[in-house]
Amino acid sequence: MENYMKLEVPAKSCNESFVRATVGAFSVQLDISIEELSDIKTAVSEAVTNSIVHGYENMKGIVKIVCRFIEDVMEIEITDYGKGIEDIGQAMQPLFTTQPDSERSGMGFTVMETFMDELSVRSAVGEGTVVTMKKKIRG
Amino acid sequence: MDIKLECIGQTLVVKLSGEIDHHTSGDIRDILDREISSGNVTNLVFDFDRVTFMDSSGIGMMVGRYKQISALGGKVMVIRVSPQLDKIFEISGLKKILDFGKEKR
Repeated sequence: MENYMKLEVPAKSCNESFVRATVGAFSVQLDISIEELSDIKTAVSEAVTNSIVHGYENMKGIVKIVCRFIEDVMEIEITDYGKGIEDIGQAMQPLFTTQPDSERSGMGFTVMETFMDELSVRSAVGEGTVVTMKKKIRG
Repeated sequence: MDIKLECIGQTLVVKLSGEIDHHTSGDIRDILDREISSGNVTNLVFDFDRVTFMDSSGIGMMVGRYKQISALGGKVMVIRVSPQLDKIFEISGLKKILDFGKEKR
């Protein structure tokens, strides 16, 4: 089976729950377990929050979400057109955050890496960031 | 997200329900900071029985409260965590520094 969906929302924190719920609703077309569903929703929430907090630094912007599955592999791509990441390797280090005063845990990418099977990050300073995650659904 | 508070002596029991993310963790932080700065709270118990979702924004909020309570010489306890939320507590390292009650959900 194959299917996809595209979603675009303004970079507002109230949309974090909307996006993960929508991705969750799309995911149940697969034979997905509660744990897998929770993993996907958490990873999506991390990526969207990163776009809002870091990509756009809580200013205006657009976050695009594309989900597609082919057979039992779910691929989720989250794009922003914000400030971009200077050093992706450093950003992906556990506990690294550019905003320690805002009580950011620095665990966003670690959660995405742990909860999904594959994670890739492409970014250009001043242009934005694309996070692509894949997870095989075992049900 | 909903938050109910119950004070037992110097211990504040924080009963959370719903989803804890970047959008909601700021409100939780503000409410708890008001209580902690009142001077009547030394210990915190987070009851996660009715929490349906939490991401790393919730972890950030909890680490912040842990630092405050530790500075007061108090303890932070977390109870009734679902298996899904247990995973994020585990990878965050919070399981090593906070007291998790034995009672599971």
